[in-house]
Amino acid sequence: MDYMTIDGRCVPIEGEKNILALIRKAGIDLPTFCYHSELSVYGACRMCVVEDERGRILASCSEQPRPGMVIRTNTTKIRKYRKLIIELLLASHCRDCTVCTKNGNCELQNIAFKVGIHAVRFLNNREQVPIDISSPSIVRDPNKCILCGDCVRTCAEIQAVGAIDFAHRGSNMEVTPAFGKELADTDCVGCGQCRVVCPTGALTIRTNVTDVWNAVADPKKRVVVQIAPAVRVAIGEKFGFPKGTNVMGKIVAALRLMGFDKVYDTNFAADLTIMEESKEFAERLKNNEKLPLFTSCCPGWVKFCETKYPEFADNISTCRSPQGMFSAVVKEYFAKADEEEGKETFVVSIMPCTAKKGEILRPDNFTDGRQDTDSVITSVELIRMIRQAGIKFDEIESEAPDMPFGMASGAASIFGVTGGVTEAVLRHVSEDKDHKALSQISFSGVRGIDGVKEATVQLGDREVKIAVANGLANAALILENIKAGEAHYDFVEVMACRRGCIAGGGQPLPMGPRTKAGRSDGIYAVDRESQIRFADDNPVMSQIYEDVIAGKEHKLLHRNVENV
Amino acid sequence: MLKSRQDLIDARNQAKAAMENEKFRILICAGTGCLAGGSAKIYDKMCQLVKDAGLDVNVEFGAGVAHGANGECPSHENADKAGGVKKSGCHGFCEMGPLVRIEPYNFLYIKVKEEDCEEIFNTTILKGEPVERLLYEMDGVKYKAQEDIPFYAKQTRLVLKNCGHIDSEHLNEYLAVGGYSALEKALFDMTPDEIINEIYESDLRGRGGGGFQTGYKWKQVARQEEKIRYVVCNGDEGDPGAFMDRSVMEGDPHKMIEGMIIAGYAVGAQEGYIYVRAEYPLAISRLKIAIAQAEEAGLLGDDILGTGYSFKLHINRGAGAFVCGEGSALTASIEGERGMPRTKPPRTVEQGLFAKPTVLNNVETYANVPMIITNGAQWYKGIGTEGSPGTKAFAVTGSINNTGLIEVPMGTTLREIVYEIGGGIKNGKDFKAVQIGGPSGGCLIGNHLDVPLDFDSLKKMGAMIGSGGLVIMDEDTCMVEVARFFMNFTQNESCGKCIPCREGTKRMLEILEDIVAGRGTMEQLDMLQELGEAITDTALCGLGKSAALPVLSTLKLFRDEYVEHVVDKKCRTGNCQALRTYKIDPEKCKGCSKCARNCPVSAISGEIRSPYTIDSSKCIKCGACESDCPFGAITIE
Repeated sequence: MDYMTIDGRCVPIEGEKNILALIRKAGIDLPTFCYHSELSVYGACRMCVVEDERGRILASCSEQPRPGMVIRTNTTKIRKYRKLIIELLLASHCRDCTVCTKNGNCELQNIAFKVGIHAVRFLNNREQVPIDISSPSIVRDPNKCILCGDCVRTCAEIQAVGAIDFAHRGSNMEVTPAFGKELADTDCVGCGQCRVVCPTGALTIRTNVTDVWNAVADPKKRVVVQIAPAVRVAIGEKFGFPKGTNVMGKIVAALRLMGFDKVYDTNFAADLTIMEESKEFAERLKNNEKLPLFTSCCPGWVKFCETKYPEFADNISTCRSPQGMFSAVVKEYFAKADEEEGKETFVVSIMPCTAKKGEILRPDNFTDGRQDTDSVITSVELIRMIRQAGIKFDEIESEAPDMPFGMASGAASIFGVTGGVTEAVLRHVSEDKDHKALSQISFSGVRGIDGVKEATVQLGDREVKIAVANGLANAALILENIKAGEAHYDFVEVMACRRGCIAGGGQPLPMGPRTKAGRSDGIYAVDRESQIRFADDNPVMSQIYEDVIAGKEHKLLHRNVENV
Repeated sequence: MLKSRQDLIDARNQAKAAMENEKFRILICAGTGCLAGGSAKIYDKMCQLVKDAGLDVNVEFGAGVAHGANGECPSHENADKAGGVKKSGCHGFCEMGPLVRIEPYNFLYIKVKEEDCEEIFNTTILKGEPVERLLYEMDGVKYKAQEDIPFYAKQTRLVLKNCGHIDSEHLNEYLAVGGYSALEKALFDMTPDEIINEIYESDLRGRGGGGFQTGYKWKQVARQEEKIRYVVCNGDEGDPGAFMDRSVMEGDPHKMIEGMIIAGYAVGAQEGYIYVRAEYPLAISRLKIAIAQAEEAGLLGDDILGTGYSFKLHINRGAGAFVCGEGSALTASIEGERGMPRTKPPRTVEQGLFAKPTVLNNVETYANVPMIITNGAQWYKGIGTEGSPGTKAFAVTGSINNTGLIEVPMGTTLREIVYEIGGGIKNGKDFKAVQIGGPSGGCLIGNHLDVPLDFDSLKKMGAMIGSGGLVIMDEDTCMVEVARFFMNFTQNESCGKCIPCREGTKRMLEILEDIVAGRGTMEQLDMLQELGEAITDTALCGLGKSAALPVLSTLKLFRDEYVEHVVDKKCRTGNCQALRTYKIDPEKCKGCSKCARNCPVSAISGEIRSPYTIDSSKCIKCGACESDCPFGAITIE
């Protein structure tokens, strides 16, 4: 095996593409802003510089390891340069850390602390520019941008959207939508992956916490809350629980403490989605029309398809997302009581997703012209509310959600990971409903973290071809293949975020590969541990179909496509 | 259309014969400088004169292969003419423009005006005698022949050989002086490997600034597995005051194109791109003409000279960013991306344009190729120094008598350039320094006058040849201001990608602005050094790495001047406006009160008919008093 020497230690070279990977393998936490293993190498922050034995300075992110190479990461010169780079960044950066939403989670702040900056010798004369709050999902504050380009590359390379890019040169350079437009006027799908990679407070979640607190405090409002599957396996991280721990019970208890009137589970609506989407799929298969059927649970994907590939818009399932179904059904459920009690039902949904904030504003998600979901808060905002309420999250006792919308199948919970929607639908359409069938489905190829997964399953006498994409660039790949006639599918599931909702744009940071894997495992554990594994076995659901939905399926569970 | 080697030989012989038949040739410089001086009018006037005199002249030169004339002048189809009136490329002696050269006498007329044409025509064309008053004169000697003028006599013009001697808009002129014979040799007598070896053996080093071995680059491209390769020419000459590449593109475009075709054939590329900055419209139009002519003649395009080898050339116009002269930013710009350098590896030879193996050389490098192929590597190595063979073109500007474009063998000393070719410092002042290598280069001072100029010697002194800009500075130049000027340039031109260059140059410029404005501190001098070293070591691309060089080198060589600005708040040259102190000489002042009335801040007071005084605490150093004083009583202290 080949070796190189890092800070006097021998480190084996095991196919690493750059020295940085080796340095980190050797246990040295070299700070970087612009390096992400999933993105192309950009080499702009220069924080990862190291010194070789001849005194040459190399950027370790873009230098290939060579056997016998000798480098040091911590020489006087390197420490001085690293400090100076941070000082230069801070010099042009606002230093209102204490009132910044990113306080405590800011990479710039962390690294400045790590390298030991105690004073900045330059004047901050950067011109202040307006903050872009046009998007319902993301707030863009260019004043806090350090131009690392992580968002630009994520948007272009991972999501194939390209809503933002660099403009201007030198110290006038900025990251912005084209022609100085606002984010809302671009093809931005609101997925929030830019915010996930942003090391500072330049891209943050557009928060709705105040709206929710106001609603909770309003006695005239019946505040009903739904919790998406990926939320429960993520927020525990911020309260000292191991990655992927399911803290649903604690979330329920915390929300009751905060004063929410009813605490429900979005998973219930995911079961509805399974039923409706399966019906639609069977219909389309029978008529052999508008195939492949594209899933519609992910609003980022729906917008992406509509703007970038409008020719496929009719292929998207007409089903509302679980969030949309839930709110419509709940409002219908409480309609009579509201009238009697003189109240108004206010639906809050807690999502791992920033695009969901945009979805609720789409007219095709309204019922009779009324917005169904009133407010969306992300996992991150839920954490903030728990802290604001002073709740000791790790100490409170778990509680069960309210009925009837608190019961769901395990199939619903896996909506939070890539391949989950497909797997849930397959379980529903499968003729066998035993453990063997379950395990066969789970091994059919729909699980796993590959960007594009393919599977073929036998449905009756028909062989059904399935594709699962996560990350919009992967979705684009599938669409291009279909367009070119190189691929044929009957069913395509797309989740805009790589690995699915567990890594959504509204989830807590940091979100490294291990965190994502932990959350994924957490989701599958929820499924494994449920008593109900098939959506059709949910006993409450048939009751609700009968009592609330009957005759209004189209109105409550499907998008009013004619409204768009 | 030339379809074989013989066709090309015939066309060349025909062109040669036609050129030899011309009894006289009037070569009017149509380089950018002389055009600005009015040489287009001189050309029109000359055409008119020969036409009126009924002389049988050739304006577009030769028939057959060449492209049509521009139509401004009478043109004739047969090649057997009495003489020719030509628009040539830059002669290089720009200080003396507009220039007119008359062959076969080789007279060079300087600072020619439209009114002079008649006399030139009557005296020289009709009688063969020189117009004495238009000849170059130095130290009382009048030089008739261009080649005898010291500016030219001391040069070795190989790359620029044809510049000023042929009409660059006509292929036949290039053919007549042996053009495309290197391509002929390369295509018919050599294998691609032999060509690469010849270039490799010649030790030709890239003229764009890096000095990387050209043959090695070609070798690396040739051995890539990917079969689609590109040849790219960097014509984005961005250094202020540098115009070597422009002169080649304007004055001898076919030479560069020939070099590119040979490169393409050698490395197996089918397509080439010439990236020219948009500020060079004339170069672009001449390249376009040259490419069209070469295509029409079968020297470019499909099945070149019947060999089966095809090579297509495209022109890309830059959009004005200095950074696009950096290889990876340039290829990104051609691809339609934002012109920003990327990290290497992969290097351009592996993944350059469109991520394919790419030969990227600059204009001057390609222009060297044909003569190496024609004369061989050994001949080439006989010119210049051991490590840096060949010649180098320099654009000489600043406080020097003969500004312009020169070409000298590598290893020529600065003294030879400044005092022999350049004719010494203007107005008899003392030489102070020379900024070499453009805004990313460094300074050389009096001690360095006898150092040979080549890649390696300069590197040792912390400077670089760069693309070949030489800005000569005399004793009246403030070195702090020079550093500020160049830093202002690089800061404006930083692409903004990497932090050290983007933020660091901004801060260095702020400090330099403070110093020239008299607000500097000694801590700031240390800060300049600290920033400069960090940027040099950590910036992403070559431009960033060299951005601080002018500051670091002046800080080292002229630290006393910096300290004077900071501590004494003084600029010894008076260049820094904020540090000037205006004084009224009581001996000379007649007390006219004009200065007091003109002073915008009422800093001057006094009694009529007795000497006035300036209150320096109020003075804003605008200089209005100095320029207005009828008695010259006000001076900068």
